[in-house]
Amino acid sequence: MHLTSDDVRHVADLARLHLTDEEVRLYTQQLSAILDYAERLQEVDTSGVPPTPYVLPLQNVMAEDIPQPSLPNEVALANAPDKANGFFRVRAVFEE
Amino acid sequence: MSKALYELTIHEALEGMRRKEFSAVELTRSLLERIEQVEDQVKAYLTVTADLALEQAAAADARRRAGEEAALLGIPMGIKDVLCTAGVRTTCGSRILENFIPPYTATAVQRLLDAGMVLLGKTNTDEFAMGSSTENSAYFPTRNPWALDRVPGGSSGGSAAAVAAQEAMAALGTDTGGSVRLPASYCGVVGLKPSYGRVSRYGLVAYGSSLDQIGVLAKDVRDAALVLTVMAGHDPHDSTSMPAPTPDYRAALTGDVRGLRIGLPEEYFIAGVQPEVEAAVRRALDVLVDLGAEVRPVSLPNTDKALPVYYLVATAEASANLARFDGVRYGYSAGADSILENYRLSRGRGFGAEVKRRIMLGTYALSAGYYDAYYLKAQQVRTLIKQDFERAFEQVDVIASPVAPTTAFRLGEKTDDPLAMYLSDVFTITLNLAGMCGVSVPCGFDQQGLPIGLQIMGPHLGEEIVLRVAHAYEQATDWRRRQAPLSIEA
Repeated sequence: MHLTSDDVRHVADLARLHLTDEEVRLYTQQLSAILDYAERLQEVDTSGVPPTPYVLPLQNVMAEDIPQPSLPNEVALANAPDKANGFFRVRAVFEE
Repeated sequence: MSKALYELTIHEALEGMRRKEFSAVELTRSLLERIEQVEDQVKAYLTVTADLALEQAAAADARRRAGEEAALLGIPMGIKDVLCTAGVRTTCGSRILENFIPPYTATAVQRLLDAGMVLLGKTNTDEFAMGSSTENSAYFPTRNPWALDRVPGGSSGGSAAAVAAQEAMAALGTDTGGSVRLPASYCGVVGLKPSYGRVSRYGLVAYGSSLDQIGVLAKDVRDAALVLTVMAGHDPHDSTSMPAPTPDYRAALTGDVRGLRIGLPEEYFIAGVQPEVEAAVRRALDVLVDLGAEVRPVSLPNTDKALPVYYLVATAEASANLARFDGVRYGYSAGADSILENYRLSRGRGFGAEVKRRIMLGTYALSAGYYDAYYLKAQQVRTLIKQDFERAFEQVDVIASPVAPTTAFRLGEKTDDPLAMYLSDVFTITLNLAGMCGVSVPCGFDQQGLPIGLQIMGPHLGEEIVLRVAHAYEQATDWRRRQAPLSIEA
């Protein structure tokens, strides 16, 4: 077994995911099985092999700096769960 | 007996409308009636936009009367519900976007609309395109039109099933690890996955950004080539779209494969491949040899490492991409008392099991202490997989293989075992990791009458060659004339 339930709770916290106890139990088991399977990568000799994060030869694609119309405020807010005075509204982030 | 309008290919329909045999409105009505007849059985669509489709069809007829001949004028299609459509709900198969109405349209979809496409609706998908069976849709599973107790494949299962059930003339899907080619194979239609960078991803809700590519599900290779011709090409909104010229892909469909070198990778003919699948693929190669092609063995030695590479790279990218769903700007919000708790609860309740599983896996692979062992290592092995293909394409023009080890499996068969589900993609994910292109074309049926797909893989921007081979094979065989045996309720 790769993972403990505490590992799973820690990762869920990093990912900002609320998990039920049942989900923690299930993911501990399933993610361990997947990581066991991924162990076969360790057999591969990759010394000196560069990583491929991205397959295209394009790099640093530049665009002309031309002002373009953007979404109007009310359109940008149209799907917001909560809004006020032309802003997204959230609970206070800082304590008083 | 003459065909019903919904049975036509895009090319046949364009010809019929050009000759004024029928209008786009009549064609669209025929498709909408077909949807009404069979949709209860197939469940291919999350949203059907009937009124909008009839409006667009009337507009297409007006354009045609004014003398215009756009490439898809009046052709009704379905669009996978991970592609944004302004004013039309786009759910990604997720509860978290149940009421999301995008303010803009994906470039690929806009290009089809500009060419006269009629939007029939948004097709079902595994949640955020994460899955191989469409059972991960938060709404309902789609059923395989060839056997309603079987999955259509995924994640573009709604699009493949819609085309197979003749509920759309063609449909857009997306392919991150095989999500166009696998359902095409399971549903007996053509599925084209273009090279990374060939089609703009602007307006495609991102899953694995270095792998995602928009593709086509169609009744035949010519229709797929036409749709690609319309939507391919550089887009200033996507800096990963290639600034390369785009040909009319139909011109590549010469039927001539004489002297063409087809590679056969031994690593794709392994234990676990259903014998009927292997036999069908080998018979397809015999057909291509009869047409003058030459088959040579090639080796892609890192093939068995592709699955773990994919499930580390794609999930790492997904964990970052799906961070945008925060319950603040759009989508479901739990309305909790603190902002942190609201993130946790909105995401915990809004995402389904597979999406959470992949976010967890990706977050783990990127987390302190594991980054080098998992994410970096996977990216290094990805380099080796890409080099395998580059070496093979020095010796051959295309590579042929099965699309999947088996034909369509039963609903529920793999839902409790994520790893078994992931193994359905073992022959398709390699191309996404290498950024190359491929097509799935029907090459037979197993003893239970389930379709089998032949995969033709080509190098980066090699769409013309894979389409040419797939078309030559298709025209030499009769598989495309068989139709899924759906009963029509009166």
